Amino acid sequence: MLELNFIMLFVIIAAFIAVEMKDLLSAVVSVAAAGLGLCIMFLILKAPDIAITQLVVEIFLLIILIRATIRKDLPFSTSGRWFFNTLMTLIFLMVFLTAAYTCLKQIPQFGYPLMRVSKYYLTEGLPKTHATNLVTSILLGFRAYDTLGEATVLFTAVISVLAVMRKKGRKKIGEAEDKYEL
Amino acid sequence: MSIYFLDFILLSIGLYCVLRKRNLIKIIIGLIICEYAVNLFLILIGYKLNGRSPLFSPGMEIKNMVDPLPQALVLTSIVISLATTAFVIALAVRIYQKYKTFDITKIRRLRG
Amino acid sequence: MNSNGMSLIVKTVTRLTVGFIFVYGIYIVLHGHISPGGGFAGGVIIALSFVNLMLAYGKQELYHRIPKLFLALFETIGAIMFLGIAILGFMSGYFFYDWFVSKGKPFTIFSAGTIPLSNIAIALKVSSGLFAIFLVLVLIRVTGGTQE
Repeated sequence: MLELNFIMLFVIIAAFIAVEMKDLLSAVVSVAAAGLGLCIMFLILKAPDIAITQLVVEIFLLIILIRATIRKDLPFSTSGRWFFNTLMTLIFLMVFLTAAYTCLKQIPQFGYPLMRVSKYYLTEGLPKTHATNLVTSILLGFRAYDTLGEATVLFTAVISVLAVMRKKGRKKIGEAEDKYEL
Repeated sequence: MSIYFLDFILLSIGLYCVLRKRNLIKIIIGLIICEYAVNLFLILIGYKLNGRSPLFSPGMEIKNMVDPLPQALVLTSIVISLATTAFVIALAVRIYQKYKTFDITKIRRLRG
Repeated sequence: MNSNGMSLIVKTVTRLTVGFIFVYGIYIVLHGHISPGGGFAGGVIIALSFVNLMLAYGKQELYHRIPKLFLALFETIGAIMFLGIAILGFMSGYFFYDWFVSKGKPFTIFSAGTIPLSNIAIALKVSSGLFAIFLVLVLIRVTGGTQE
């Protein structure tokens, strides 16, 4: 799977650019490019459901994130104790990657999955539900209560966003009240 | 095997961004990259060499399909990541309205 | 965000294509059990068609024409419908509830039991919820003045 490695390198480079850029708008566009590379990887890995969902969700997040970052008066950030903190973070990440490498030798090789649970879904999915999309029949048929929990999480997120962006917050005594306009 | 390790490098890039950056929008970008890495790892586990996508065509029998169970889990995960990221962006917009900055070292007043 | 909307080319192209995007979203929702897609992706596409209209024409013109009651109404209808389908299965002991909605032949739209109904419920909920998030996050600015 040589093309998987190449597209993965593209995603890593796009993520690295997104992390290190000073301009916020360019960083957000870089994250969107990484998401597009990820969508192409999902298509190569034979998962079309996931590719459609990933693309449209990333487009929606891009629209909201650009709104939050277009400002004309961003202050510059100063930094202190830079060297020690970066060194400790890099040491932690090296330890993490070494532990990951020793653990990754234990899982089955790439391309030969175990599929103990999925044998039941592959043989019994079509006769029991008559739905030809196996992912939908798992998601809304065999494991429908997980989807109920996910719908609840989405509902709670909508209510939370509406609650955070209300007109009045609590304020200190004497501070001027913010006024909003459309 | 090398794909898994590249995926963990992506996760550590996102983790470095969350730990070390001062701007709130950069922290949100690091969170999004972490979520991309985790979703990719779940689908990489379920891939079968020369497999087909888990969809039936008229008049074929099951042989050699990739694993459909991690794909269902990742679909749930993508939608939940949309919900939490939208909420965190709403918090960031509100913080900017109140403190006029995105710098996390200057956001100190916790009480109101 | 420009209050008067974008240029004339963007407005004309949006006016011609936004109907097709909306119908494409409904197609992905309804064929969720035959081809890839499902309720979540289709719901986001329907929300994005309204977002496209709003971004192209500017907020001053369109904001007063949106009936905001319908957003909350559709979201709660979607949530209650999905919850009802879940509780029906819970109470009667099995998932697909064969004598309520028939299973039918594969590869047709009216097949697979309650799965198309669940897809429609999820699409209603997701599309109206995401459009409400977009309205609140993108259209409110802090200056002097009053809020709606």
